[in-house]
This record gives sequence, C-alpha cells and structure tokens, in this order.
Amino acid sequence: MQFMLVFKETTAEVARRDDPAAAPAYWGAWQAYMGAMYGSGSVVSGNALQAPRTATQVRMAGDKRHVQDGPFADTHEHLGGYVILETASLEDALKWAARAPCASAGSVEVRPVLPPPATA
Amino acid sequence: MSDAASVAERVARESYGRLVARLAWQWRDLAAAEDALADAFAAALRHWPGQGVPDAPEAWLAAAAQRRLLHHARHTRVTLDPRVTALLDDKEPEAPAREAVPDARLQLMFVCAHPAIAANVHAPLMLQAVLGLDAKVIASAFLVSPTAMAQRLVRAKAKIREAGLRFETPEARELPERMAAVLEAVYAAYTLGRHAPDSPVGDLREEALFLARLTPQLLPDQAEAWGLLALLLHAEARRAAQFDADGRFVPLAAQDPATWSDELIREAEAALWTAAGLRQPGPFQIEAAIQSAHAQRRATGQTPWRAIAELYGVLVHHHASLGARVGQAVARAEAGEPAAAAALLDAVADEAASYAPYWVARAHVLRLAGAPGRQAALQRAIGLTEDPRLRDYLVAQWV
Repeated sequence: MQFMLVFKETTAEVARRDDPAAAPAYWGAWQAYMGAMYGSGSVVSGNALQAPRTATQVRMAGDKRHVQDGPFADTHEHLGGYVILETASLEDALKWAARAPCASAGSVEVRPVLPPPATA
Repeated sequence: MSDAASVAERVARESYGRLVARLAWQWRDLAAAEDALADAFAAALRHWPGQGVPDAPEAWLAAAAQRRLLHHARHTRVTLDPRVTALLDDKEPEAPAREAVPDARLQLMFVCAHPAIAANVHAPLMLQAVLGLDAKVIASAFLVSPTAMAQRLVRAKAKIREAGLRFETPEARELPERMAAVLEAVYAAYTLGRHAPDSPVGDLREEALFLARLTPQLLPDQAEAWGLLALLLHAEARRAAQFDADGRFVPLAAQDPATWSDELIREAEAALWTAAGLRQPGPFQIEAAIQSAHAQRRATGQTPWRAIAELYGVLVHHHASLGARVGQAVARAEAGEPAAAAALLDAVADEAASYAPYWVARAHVLRLAGAPGRQAALQRAIGLTEDPRLRDYLVAQWV
C-alpha cells in the first residue's frame, strides 16, 4: 500500500532553518530521518520543499488570474515536505510519521494514495 | 466538581472493572455489559445529586446496569426464560442492600488475552474492558488510527460473544500460557502508557501499574506475575530521573541514584523476593533481576555488568527477543568484551534495521571498542527515534 506523509511545520520550526545556531541540528535531524526511511527500503519518492516564503499562489477567478507570493498569512502550520512510502499497512506508515522531526513541532498527515483509475 | 460527581468518578475508578467483569460474566456479552454500565453511570450522575449518594454506590450501579441488561434482553427477545422475565420490573430503582461484588476482573483479563483473540488486541481490549479506557486514548498509545482501533475492539467483543469464550480461570495446564499473554498485555500497556494523551481515567501507565499490582494479589502463586510487578516498579522508580530539570534526557549511566525512588525500589525487591521463593523462573523475573542489579548502584556506586551480562544470557536463552539481545550486547561491552558485543549486534543487524535502541547500542559499543562507524550508527538512531527529548540528546552527541 502507498501512503503520503505530509510534513507540516510550525512557523517557529521553519525559522530554525535560518538560525545559524539551530540550523545544523534541524537539518541533521531531517537528514537522519530521511536516511533511515530510505535505508528501510520503503520510500517511493519524496522531497523537502523550500521555505514557505518562496511559494507562489495561483488562483483563477473566472478568467482573471490572481497570483500571490508566499503562504497565507493566517496559517500556523506550513507544508515543509512530503514523502510517499510503500508499506504493508497504515500502522507501519504511522510508525514513520511519529518519528518525523516535525511530529513534535507541527504535525504529520498520513494519507493513502489513490491509485489512478483503471484504463479500459 | 459536585460531591455526587466526584463519588461517581471514584466509584468508576475503583469498581468499573469489577462491575463490567461481573456483568459480562453473567450475560456472556462484554459489549452489552459496557453499554449498560455506561448508562448506569449516567443515571447515577442524574439521580445522586438530588437523592444523595447511596450507601453502597457500587451495588447501586450494579443493580441499575443489571436492570438495563434485563430490559434490553426482553426488548430484543433474546431470552424468554421466565426466571429472567420475572426479574423485570418497571419501577424506579431502590437502593439495594450493601453487597460484596465478587472480583471477576481476573477472569475478564484472561478472556481478553484468549488465544482466539489476536495478540495485538489483548492489551487494548484489557484496557477498555477492565479499566474502561476510551478507544481514542488507546489508539494514540498504540499508534493506530482511532477508527481501526475501535473496529478491532468491536470485532474482538463480537468474537467473545459468538464463541462464548468462558469467563472462567483456564484449566491448570493452560494457565502458564494464558498467564503469559495476560502479563504481556499489562507490560505493553505500561510501556505504551507514556504515549497516551490525558484521559479522564487518568494516566494509562498508572492504570497498567494498577493491573500489575492486582494480578499477583489475585494469583499469588504465579511467580511471573510477581516478576512483572517487580520489573515495572523498578522502571517506575527511575522514571523521574530520566529527565533533568530542563526536560533534557539523562541516560541510565548518568543518572544520580539518589534521584531514584527508594520506596518503589523496596517494593520491587520485595516482589522479586516473593517470586524467587516460588521457584518458577521466567522472563519477567529475569528482566526484573537485571533492573535489580542496576539498582545496586545506589548501595555500591558500581554497576555489576558481569552479572547483568550473565542474566541477559539466561534471558536470551529463554526468550530471544530483539530487546534482550541488544541489552546482552551492551552488558557484554560494558563488562569488558566490546568485540564479542559487536559480533552479537552484527548477528541481529538485519531484523534490527528499524529498531532505534539497536542503533543507540551500536554507537555505544563501537565507541567502547574504539571501532569506526559510531557517527553513522548515531545518525540512524536519530532518524528512528520518536521521542523528541531523546532525539535532541542524540543530536547533541552527534554534531
């Protein structure tokens, strides 16, 4: 079964990326976590994402384009990255979710991947 | 909280298990017994504030739940037995005389750990059936989705009903095996208890400790029940010492024995002594003896690693769990055999790939052996660790 782990970080946790004192421990923990997951052979694909401020939002209102920078100002948790795992069960995916560095500084959403519809 | 509510809560805590066990035993239906008892508690909260708390609150609740079960039985025409229907009446409850509620909790624990029920449901079922814990709280502790946990519990209760699992102490010849399943479930509840969010029933760890104390009281001739109690009390004695004032993790070797609880260690040693007198060795007693050896540091200032390594050898011989083999390797390394320890770890490398304690142990053993690879092992341990305080400690060792 495939599951996507959606990593969400608090604003304070995201800020550790830019703090010279905290950045080594921050990246070290993520590197170790991703390394352990890859080492277990269950990763299908996955990426960390650049900071939320680098985001660009696009919406269409009728035929009008609305393009904005950054995440919505009112969000407390930001998308930090994702990984798709192949595991035997949801429980195995939850085990990996609980180990994520952001599980204690944000949250991890675990969702089953919807297989594409079978083509006739 | 009103007086009636606080009495209801106290009675709930003290008698829930006894009540649900007795009702489930009489009606051979755990789910119905739980529902009826929940209704009885709700009725108590409605009636007691106005009418006053009855003399025998537990008996009042038992009678109220009993009446609901009878009504339900009549309603669903499950039984047309005149002996049952004769008991039905529509009058409001009168306070029944004070009566002793027989202790059926142990039978209920044995049913929860029945071989017909999947092993991964034993502990959750016991926590819900004997202690009345909410499925959501149990799900968090066991790292399972609440929906899946609720389904598992419902299925297990249906199986108890359909298979008519007997609420009787099992035959003597199957007692050790059933006892082991009961104790495993209590142990799982304790170790996972620290992961449970706050629940109305209190701390899951304390609930498990309560069951661990209850079991040898009810079955005093079972050495392993005393062994499990001794093991959990030793763990409990050192629990506060695991973190310093700032919430930072303190490994066992760095803990000041003065911060361990004397009282709990004494209780643990007494339980272990009782177990030893019964002359039925078993894995929980050996694990308790290992913790008892660690506790010696209070008196001598030294940890007897040689003795601990030998105890782990016996444990692995009995019951070669991954945890036991990792513990054995660390003890051998500390006792001056780091090369032998590294070989022991190499032997379990494949099955321990995602087991964080293995990588912590590996980093430690490689350091004692003066061998390379400590950093890589620490990094793997960091990636596999769920507890953020332990992760911070490992990161500090690593960077």
